[in-house]
Amino acid sequence: MRKKRLGLTIAHRLAILAYIVVALFPLFWLLKVSVTPNELLYSEGVRLWPSSTTFQHFSFVLVHSDFPRFFKNSVIVSGGTAIIVTILASLAGYALSRFTFRAKYWIVALMLLTQMFPLVMLVAPIFKMLSPLGLTNSLTGLIIVYVAFNVPFATFLMQSFFDGIPKDLEEAAMIDGATRFMAFRQIILPLTLPGIAATLGFVFTAAWSELLFALMLISGNQAATFPVGLLSFVSKFSVDFGQMMAAGVLALIPACLFFLLIQRYLVQGLTAGAVKG
Amino acid sequence: MASIHIEDIRKAYGDFHVLHGVDLDIADGEFVVLVGPSGCGKSTLLRMIAGLEEVTSGTIRIDGRRVNDLDPKDRDIAMVFQSYALYPHMSVKDNMSYSLRLRKAAKEKIAGAVNGAAGKLGLEPFMQRRPRALSGGQRQRVAMGRAIVRQPKAFLFDEPLSNLDARLREHMRAEIKKLHKELGATSVYVTHDQIEAMTLADRIVAMNGGVIQQVGSPLDLYDRPANLFVAGFIGSPAMNVFEARYRHAGDAAEAVLGDGTTIRLARAYPVAEGARITIGIRPEHVIVGENGRGIPAVVELVEPTGFGTILHLRLDGVHIKAFSLERQAPASGAAVDIRFAPDRLHVFDENGARIEAGKAP
Ligand SMILES: Nc1ncnc2c1ncn2[C@@H]1O[C@H](COP(=O)(O)OP(=O)(O)OP(=O)(O)O)[C@@H](O)[C@H]1O
Ligand SMILES: [Mg+2]
Repeated sequence: MRKKRLGLTIAHRLAILAYIVVALFPLFWLLKVSVTPNELLYSEGVRLWPSSTTFQHFSFVLVHSDFPRFFKNSVIVSGGTAIIVTILASLAGYALSRFTFRAKYWIVALMLLTQMFPLVMLVAPIFKMLSPLGLTNSLTGLIIVYVAFNVPFATFLMQSFFDGIPKDLEEAAMIDGATRFMAFRQIILPLTLPGIAATLGFVFTAAWSELLFALMLISGNQAATFPVGLLSFVSKFSVDFGQMMAAGVLALIPACLFFLLIQRYLVQGLTAGAVKG
Repeated sequence: MASIHIEDIRKAYGDFHVLHGVDLDIADGEFVVLVGPSGCGKSTLLRMIAGLEEVTSGTIRIDGRRVNDLDPKDRDIAMVFQSYALYPHMSVKDNMSYSLRLRKAAKEKIAGAVNGAAGKLGLEPFMQRRPRALSGGQRQRVAMGRAIVRQPKAFLFDEPLSNLDARLREHMRAEIKKLHKELGATSVYVTHDQIEAMTLADRIVAMNGGVIQQVGSPLDLYDRPANLFVAGFIGSPAMNVFEARYRHAGDAAEAVLGDGTTIRLARAYPVAEGARITIGIRPEHVIVGENGRGIPAVVELVEPTGFGTILHLRLDGVHIKAFSLERQAPASGAAVDIRFAPDRLHVFDENGARIEAGKAP
């Protein structure tokens, strides 16, 4: 009995380990290439770790390239998008979860419809719309587009979190003397923190790695975000892998920090429904 | 404290009509219990009083003031939910003080009210805990505490005890009754537990299909049910009913069952000779004997409850339940004879409405 248990535990751990290795190996390779000196990159063959390491790529990227600007732009765009989308999605998701109103069905259908087009189809019309408004080549324009594309899904996500919270709670609050909005803010929102964290994280990463619109709506380095910036390491004749990977490693940092920040709520969210009561 | 007046209240969800014109006056300080089968609209009525459901038509007044269009927060009533609806992210203390904090009451006043309620309900040891760290009974108390700290005009309860086990329910029932004695607050209480209804109510409102069937004191409903629905709904085991025909017999009358068995009625009733009637008798008023005087019947099943014995009897295809406090009951399969105490018989007309004894027409 005990032996069987032990065996199962080991198998379980091994499976997790295998998953982690597969998932993290590309990241490891990213790191490895970023610290490999250029002259060793092609000469050493395939090795797990180069015979000597260097930080020259990092210092080049940080000091001599436009990367810090890309980075800053990305933080502004992704952070702004995440915050705006989450606020809108909480309010809209709450309405969808709690109220019945005319045309609700059609609003939901329309929101689903927006999710069905390949984005490539929409690039040209959006460019056409934004350009007379002076919103191409600007971070604001990019945020607007990202918000528009992320709100529907985020709304459905938030709605499902609100659906999980009993209606009795805000009714109790309203009887206790709160307005509907106070009940929402003081009772329901604190209970949806895991959902808000998940939505923030989801939208942030989506915006952080978005390439298509960033590439099409932005020209030049002034307002470029970092995925676009990464492409500048690809020149006509060669790819500077070392610098590109170094930039990639740096770009991971905010995403990691962000998830570290919200992970407390995420974990709470994943386990919240596990126990009755 | 306040009175509540309900006039011709209707409720419809689209084309689906839930309440069909309910009239009810609840006096200041009265404890009214709404009973009825599942889906009959008890919660809907309660939630309309609370302001959580819109009123389709009719008027609700609290203390004479029309509240139809008032938000729940402005009605000054408290409600205890079946699910308790405690705020999970707040401590017991914060749960109880929430309403007073919303009203921006003075700190000392809040502390006083919360401590007072906690004392009444024995909640002092748990004040810093979150609801999830409480047992079902403790949560129920917190829900009660949250309602009483505010001293509202009226209390509404929607099956507050139905999530508790039998013993705890009995205990809390007594607590609620004591609290009501102490606070004297107008209360509307929804339940489908008859014992709760009988023991707590000043008046019971029996509902069925969105219509009030009878309003009266618990014993009123038990002793003089207004119709067959109330007769069958109140009392456990339920009242026995038989279809019969009415027959005059001198000063008194008889009910003739389908097989010709006659049952003597104590008095004449104002119905025509030969009219279809339904007669009802409560199980405890069925007298079971073994001396051959009465209607012969066979014992089908014996259910000892400890408190007494329930006998399931059959007489010519009709099933009857009898209840007696005796332990020495006839065995299953035994032949017995039964009699009905004539003054304990209930008579209902063709449409199920109660008929009172009186002069023959
Ligand atoms: N939002 C709604 N839309 C449509 N029908 C509803 C809605 N809410 C309640 N109903 C219907 O109204 C009727 C009365 O419901 P209500 O909750 O008042 O019953 P109840 O008497 O409290 O029953 P129970 O004892 O099961 O709690 C039910 O038939 C229910 O299906
Ligand atoms: Mg109900």
